[in-house]
Amino acid sequence: MMKNVGTAPAIAVRDLKVVRGGRTVIPGLDVTVGRGQVVGLLGPSGCGKTTLMRAIVGVQQVAGGTVEVFGEPAGGAPLRRRVGYVTQDPSVYDDLTVTENLRYFASVVGVRRRDLDAEVQRVVAQVVLGDHAKVRVDQLSGGQRSRVSLAAALVGTPELLVLDEPTVGLDPVLRRDLWTIFHRLADDGVTLLVSSHVMDEASRCDRLLLMRAGVLLADDTLPGVLESTGQQDVESAFLTLVDRASQNLPAGQRDPHDMLESDFQREAHR
Amino acid sequence: MSARLTVATAGRVLRQVRHDPRTIALLVVVPCVLLGLLAWIYDNTPVFDQLGAPLLGIFPFIVMFLVTSVATLRERQSGTLERLLAMPLGKGDLIAGYALAFGVLAAVQALVAAGFAVYVLGLDVAGSAWLLVLVAVVDAVLGTALGLFVSAFARSEFQAVQFLPAFILPQFLLCGLLTPRENLPDVLNAASDVLPLSYAVDAMRSVTVDADATGEVSRDLLVVLCFVVAALALGAGTLRRRTP
Repeated sequence: MMKNVGTAPAIAVRDLKVVRGGRTVIPGLDVTVGRGQVVGLLGPSGCGKTTLMRAIVGVQQVAGGTVEVFGEPAGGAPLRRRVGYVTQDPSVYDDLTVTENLRYFASVVGVRRRDLDAEVQRVVAQVVLGDHAKVRVDQLSGGQRSRVSLAAALVGTPELLVLDEPTVGLDPVLRRDLWTIFHRLADDGVTLLVSSHVMDEASRCDRLLLMRAGVLLADDTLPGVLESTGQQDVESAFLTLVDRASQNLPAGQRDPHDMLESDFQREAHR
Repeated sequence: MSARLTVATAGRVLRQVRHDPRTIALLVVVPCVLLGLLAWIYDNTPVFDQLGAPLLGIFPFIVMFLVTSVATLRERQSGTLERLLAMPLGKGDLIAGYALAFGVLAAVQALVAAGFAVYVLGLDVAGSAWLLVLVAVVDAVLGTALGLFVSAFARSEFQAVQFLPAFILPQFLLCGLLTPRENLPDVLNAASDVLPLSYAVDAMRSVTVDADATGEVSRDLLVVLCFVVAALALGAGTLRRRTP
């Protein structure tokens, strides 16, 4: 196979299959994401967003298919410096200050000792945590903590950022500020894959991936999704797509009520 | 593996401990209190001189085992382990960083406890007191290495704490402290031959009874260090970048 590392898309997923605990979470998914875009991965909780993101970062065991990032196998050593990942729950050290956390993560991605201070200051300013730089993380609010977690992914300027529900629980002003940051990063050529279960975040994304029960229902721009479904808002468009998808299934394979039920079971399971 | 990443990781772990002064106090004070209690119980008998040195090795071993297994379990559960393994950090860097950080803590603990035992409690040491400290540090590092390894098999703090009676107490019973190892039934004697704590205690005992035991001590220490390296390698092997 020819490798086009220089021009390869940011993310290329082919026939991805993931099985977790004996249950097929993603039955076979294809998606390609070009560089320099803000791509929203939207869908209800439990639909496989996190699993797909983990596969792209290379921390998910997969049952089949290929996942390539910048033309290289996901999770490979050369990519670990180029991909930033923010998990849904803030994954930083509660018993360290913001600065101590960021200094450590910056040195892990290879920022040189003499550049550490400047790099930490840069990302702290980016997530607007300047006033809290010397505060221990366990004394911060939930929203502040998730911004520390985001800052920890920004150190070393990765080329692909995979952000799992980064705006949950943030106040609207902060949410707007974060989306401004995301677009500024995209203008600099960074690719961002941002998940959310809040459909109204769709308007902030260059492109939307609508996901349900491990399947992509749509891969389009917001106007495109609205036009193809004849709806006025994403929520209604999503419902239209769900209805269409279940009608397209062979008779008796799976009716919409089954799918809904399994969604609720998954919710209860989480 | 990279020395820079190992040192950065060790520095981060020590910084975490520094924010927790009570843990530092417990690490340093508890072994001294226990040794003091022992000396008091066996006041005016030769028993403290027999038991003091082996226990000087065993207390740091147990404490470091517990502290390390809980610390690494927290790293797994907080999601920071997953983040680190998605970053350019080698598994060996992480494990060696932890071993280095807790090794430093163990050294502080062993220095204080050995100093207290020798100068305050009057523990008789035939050999060099520095050798006593060295053996105590290596014993503590052994506890750290085993703690790193077994924490991989703990899914919760409850389980991690249960590993102490499961992994450590059998070694404690068989290490020769309760009855000399050569007096054990054959099967148990053979079992004690393959348990690391036996060599740790042998080394401690040799330092105290024999002024000229450097050869024996270094052989035992070498065995303990082999166990340390094996446990660290196994511990690194249990880290998985990809999880289900």
